[in-house]
Amino acid sequence: MALPTYASPLEKIWHYAYLVICAAIFFFLIAPIVVVIPLSFNAEPYFTFTDKMLSFDPDGYSLRWYDSLLTFGMARPDAPRDLSWWADAWHNAKWVNAAKSSIIIGVFSTLIATVLGTLAALGLSRPEMPWRRAIMAILISPMIVPIIITATGMFFFYSNPCEPLSWLGLNPECGRLAGTYLGVILAHATLGIPFVIITVTATLIGFDQSLNRAAASLGANPRTTFFRITMPLILPGVISGALFAFVTSFDEVVAVLFIAGPDQQTIPRQMWNGIREQISPAILAVATLLVIFSIALLTTVELLRRRSERLRGLTPR
Amino acid sequence: MAKALDPHAAIVTEAAGPDEGGTLRTADGRPLKQALVRSSRRARRRAFLLVLPLLLFILITFVVPIGQMLQRSVKNDGFSANMPSLSAWFHENPRGTEPDDAAWAALAEDLQAAAKARTIGVVGTRINYDMPGTRSLFTSAGRKARSGVEPPYKEAILEMDQKWGDPKLWSVMREASSPYTSNFYLAAVDRTRDEQGDIVSAPAQQQIYVKLFMRTFWLSLVITFMTFLLGFPIAHLLATLPMRRSNLLMILVLLPFWTSLLVRTTAWMVLLQQQGVVNDVLVWLGVIGNNQRLQMIFNQTGTIIAMTHILLPFMILPLYSVMRTINPSYVRAARSLGATSWTAFRRIYFPQTLPGLGAGALLVFILAVGYYITPALVGGSSGQLISNMIAMHMTQTLNWSMAAALAALLLAGVLVLYWVYDRLVGIDNLKLG
Repeated sequence: MALPTYASPLEKIWHYAYLVICAAIFFFLIAPIVVVIPLSFNAEPYFTFTDKMLSFDPDGYSLRWYDSLLTFGMARPDAPRDLSWWADAWHNAKWVNAAKSSIIIGVFSTLIATVLGTLAALGLSRPEMPWRRAIMAILISPMIVPIIITATGMFFFYSNPCEPLSWLGLNPECGRLAGTYLGVILAHATLGIPFVIITVTATLIGFDQSLNRAAASLGANPRTTFFRITMPLILPGVISGALFAFVTSFDEVVAVLFIAGPDQQTIPRQMWNGIREQISPAILAVATLLVIFSIALLTTVELLRRRSERLRGLTPR
Repeated sequence: MAKALDPHAAIVTEAAGPDEGGTLRTADGRPLKQALVRSSRRARRRAFLLVLPLLLFILITFVVPIGQMLQRSVKNDGFSANMPSLSAWFHENPRGTEPDDAAWAALAEDLQAAAKARTIGVVGTRINYDMPGTRSLFTSAGRKARSGVEPPYKEAILEMDQKWGDPKLWSVMREASSPYTSNFYLAAVDRTRDEQGDIVSAPAQQQIYVKLFMRTFWLSLVITFMTFLLGFPIAHLLATLPMRRSNLLMILVLLPFWTSLLVRTTAWMVLLQQQGVVNDVLVWLGVIGNNQRLQMIFNQTGTIIAMTHILLPFMILPLYSVMRTINPSYVRAARSLGATSWTAFRRIYFPQTLPGLGAGALLVFILAVGYYITPALVGGSSGQLISNMIAMHMTQTLNWSMAAALAALLLAGVLVLYWVYDRLVGIDNLKLG
């Protein structure tokens, strides 16, 4: 935004002040995330820059907190680092196990959310869809309803999933979903669905329905039409929706705290415990890894968005 | 597919014109109107079938659990299920009846049975919700009653503890003798019932919830205002810069949006600590002395700073997408007509941003009133919101009905705001990045 030539001196001053204010706000946005990265290499167990770090003395930096992510929970952390040491880390290290749980839960909940969400988005974007507004409102609500309320409801439901059947006068016995992987996966799928719906319906807004008719008139059956025509065009939206759902699951802690058992110790839950009990710079090491992870995801989503816009013939923003 | 799906094909090729009856007919001889109705019904059904699996999924894993929670907020059979005889006596005798021999006998019988079944603690806990300090009354009576209570029951029980004669206790037990109660909602708005069953204000030291709701409301307003204050200039800058540069700067907005919530909260904990980076910088700059380091975390300040940071993208993104569409020539026209830049901004530019502002503010406010994680970690005791109280009742006091009642009130508020959002903005217009 250039300053117009007729700007008065006062306006010029205000304009530069405005730019400085904007810079300060950008700093506010990004600084907390960036500052975590150097602090995670701190050689001392402090949360601030030591004198050695400030003078760029190599002794002030170390990888000890990253190392502790591997050794924490291991049976023999001090053994020589041969193959059995790595096997020990793979099986026993708490953060490694947390990563495994998080990935299992994230992948399966994303699959459920993406498949169901994409199908529903296809239906919702058809002009003849009945009660569109009301149904859309229900499907988006898991994102709007405060997570603590959702988690409270799920706590009751997952500890006895058959209880609602008693409202119908039935009284079957069934097991608990709380404390199982299935329970957490279903809960996270529920929380990720609104993101899939939003991104995929947004992609479908620019979708030309006559392409489907063209395919049909050329003799393609509905399945072929979907996989050969519709799917490639909306794929970028579907993938960004899936990434959103995955991130939601990967970052979710409240539902996990309420319904997961000791086996489903995810990364956010481990972080939550770490922060509440005794916060150590190891948390910052995890945080750094997660920041790198989110940068990678953001890049992917941005590239997908541009590709989607190009596919739909929209000029990039 | 082509034939079944597309009503037009049949009409165009075969509708030759009105037949003898004067009705248009399709190729297979059905009246056109009927065929159209049928095919549009089929299209509606097909669209609905695509949505149905997800709708069922959400109903089962989301709506039903919330219904269960709502049921829990009015239902608590901890007393009625475990003290059947006394509950039956309350049922038969109207309010105001003095407890007679039958009542005392029923009490003794139930105490003994509950003590044997080890459910006396549940009973005591239930009464304790409405009348704090009575749980031990039940557990100790249960211990004594286990070996049997001899008649006369009234004297025997009163000998265990004189408190059993308290009319307030009997009134509370009468309330609890029905599995359904509105008491948890009353408690959630700091009300209680007196001995006659009338609704009165709770004792002053127990009045915490209304204050907490007010604080949640107030802090959410403050946070919404802060996001507006910080988000508006940024959105304006992004909307007016050339595309390439604004896309680059947009990354600075989207990166926090994509970063884990726990990471951002941790970052603020690290920054704002008394020995943290911000205090260090302030000391180094000489703004404050080393012994007057600011307490910026574990209080309301911490909650406000961290939540403003976390919710800021939700304000910037809708504002940005509206500002992008504002035609700059309106402001130029105003300037050419003699408006100062401030007047042009105030009278011309700002009103055009209101749709985006409304959308952003509503979204931020809705998200803020239900926030849990950040206040729990950085809020200390003065920065806690209503969600944290719900969590406390769920995980520490285990008063689930109370948690459910508080959650139901919060849910009602959020749903009203959600409805307003849908009316004003439309959920279709919700954008993520």
